[in-house]
Amino acid sequence: MAFDSALLHGVLTPRLRISVTREKAAGMLLVLGFYAALIGLWQLVYELEIWSPYLLPEPSQVLQSVRRYIDSGVLLESIETTMQRMLAGFAIAFVLGMTIGIATGSVKWVDQTLGSLVLGMQSLPSICWLPLAILWFGLSEKAIIFVVVLGSVWAIAISARDGVRSIPVLQRRTAQVFGASRWQTIRYVTLPGMLPSMASGLKLGWSFSWRSLMAGEIIFVTAGLGHLLQLGRDLNNMALVLAIMGVIVAVGLAFDRLIFGPLDNWVQNRWGLSGR
Amino acid sequence: MTLSLPGLRRGPIEVEAASTVPASSATPETLLSVRGVSRRFVTSRHDTTALQDISLGIKLGEFICVVGPSGCGKSTLLNLVAGLDQPSEGQLLFDNKPITGSGAERVVVFQEAALYPWLNVRANVEFGLKMKGVPKSDRTPIVDKYLELVNLTKFDKAFVHELSGGMKQRVQLARALAVEPRMLLMDEPFAALDAQTRDVLQLELQDIWARTGSTILFITHNVREAALLADRVFVMTPGPGRIKAEILVPLMRPRHLDTHAVVDFAAEIRQALQHDDYGSRAPEASFAI
Repeated sequence: MAFDSALLHGVLTPRLRISVTREKAAGMLLVLGFYAALIGLWQLVYELEIWSPYLLPEPSQVLQSVRRYIDSGVLLESIETTMQRMLAGFAIAFVLGMTIGIATGSVKWVDQTLGSLVLGMQSLPSICWLPLAILWFGLSEKAIIFVVVLGSVWAIAISARDGVRSIPVLQRRTAQVFGASRWQTIRYVTLPGMLPSMASGLKLGWSFSWRSLMAGEIIFVTAGLGHLLQLGRDLNNMALVLAIMGVIVAVGLAFDRLIFGPLDNWVQNRWGLSGR
Repeated sequence: MTLSLPGLRRGPIEVEAASTVPASSATPETLLSVRGVSRRFVTSRHDTTALQDISLGIKLGEFICVVGPSGCGKSTLLNLVAGLDQPSEGQLLFDNKPITGSGAERVVVFQEAALYPWLNVRANVEFGLKMKGVPKSDRTPIVDKYLELVNLTKFDKAFVHELSGGMKQRVQLARALAVEPRMLLMDEPFAALDAQTRDVLQLELQDIWARTGSTILFITHNVREAALLADRVFVMTPGPGRIKAEILVPLMRPRHLDTHAVVDFAAEIRQALQHDDYGSRAPEASFAI
């Protein structure tokens, strides 16, 4: 299959090939084989005509759909819109969550008051804020970003609080002994010291936000990947629906691999947590 | 040469008590003076007196050990000197000024886990200088100097988790010395190490002390460590924490492990720890150094 060989070619660039051990190559082949079989199975089900083609298009139709939307520029535009909402919301959530987390992690009475609220809020799926957000902000970008913020802020705040709490007492006392000011202590001890707990919290927050953003875009907002997905449904265009679902998976995976994976690796190496 | 065991005293010791310290050649200027200090910890259930009526003086350049069983308040005493805690009664004077808080003039070397795992060895040693606001270009030569002093020059890029327990304590020592504190406070720094590493580090510390002329307050429960390192040893007793005896250790330096003199002094300190009537009997032993 042309698709597979292209993938294989893309994965095994010359620079990588040097470092790829035989064992890793075998593992990669296994994974590729698995997905090739899955696509083969899909093709087979399509050929058997169990469902009509408009309910289950064949793989190549979905690929074509992706290509058409890339060519028209709509897909990239949608990804851009979605990512802008995501990044804006996540950045706000990061700053807010870190502030709340450091405050609840360091000051007891703040933890007893604000901390309990954070725990409560975390159990509310952030898409439930959408009706409120629409009433407050109208059908606007603000409303959807609000939902993204609320998707991750609690998870970030909770992991930040745990991160502050997990810093060994002697590490904080050392800063005190050397006469560090309160801000120096936060900058040079608290912030880096909370990273191991943060790595998983950020990832969790990101995935919560990502889910609520998709839900929000499907429900009401114009433009964006969720909107495109809903468009596919409205046009009864199953190939588009499946194509966009694939793109949503790909974007999610890309962030996991490009940002949270390396962050986690860095922490594991620095702290010597990997045990390898 | 022979000498008789130094005079031993019971109960609170006046500041003037240690006017002759043979092993220290520094000017007899009192750097730290602890006067009638008590520390009580009061909670709803307990009222614990961790320290009761502690008085002692430490002169510039002295190496002082405080020995005692766990719970005798020796770490509480160190925290008070470090300025991490405040006394319930009494006064602590450093350079004739009351201690009001912590600061780089009195730096602590802790037992363990006090290094920053996200920083490499060099950056850890640099930490105190950075907090003091020493510019980057000035920090590098200072860090180089102290890394060399503790024999870690080759490991300056290593991460904390790659170091052995002994190396970690050397990093802590270098980090503390780098800010050139007036007094170095060591809270059982070698207690978590294996016996061989501890032996090596004790001798290295003696050497570093001789080369830098630091004033050191060293907390330990190891009597041989105290006999090896100290000019004077304060023996503490628990419940409430008090100073039971002060023992002068006028042995020549450098001292060596397992020499008769060190072993005999260790035995002396152990006796002071174990027997209630220790201070009341007259010193009678005499032996060769």
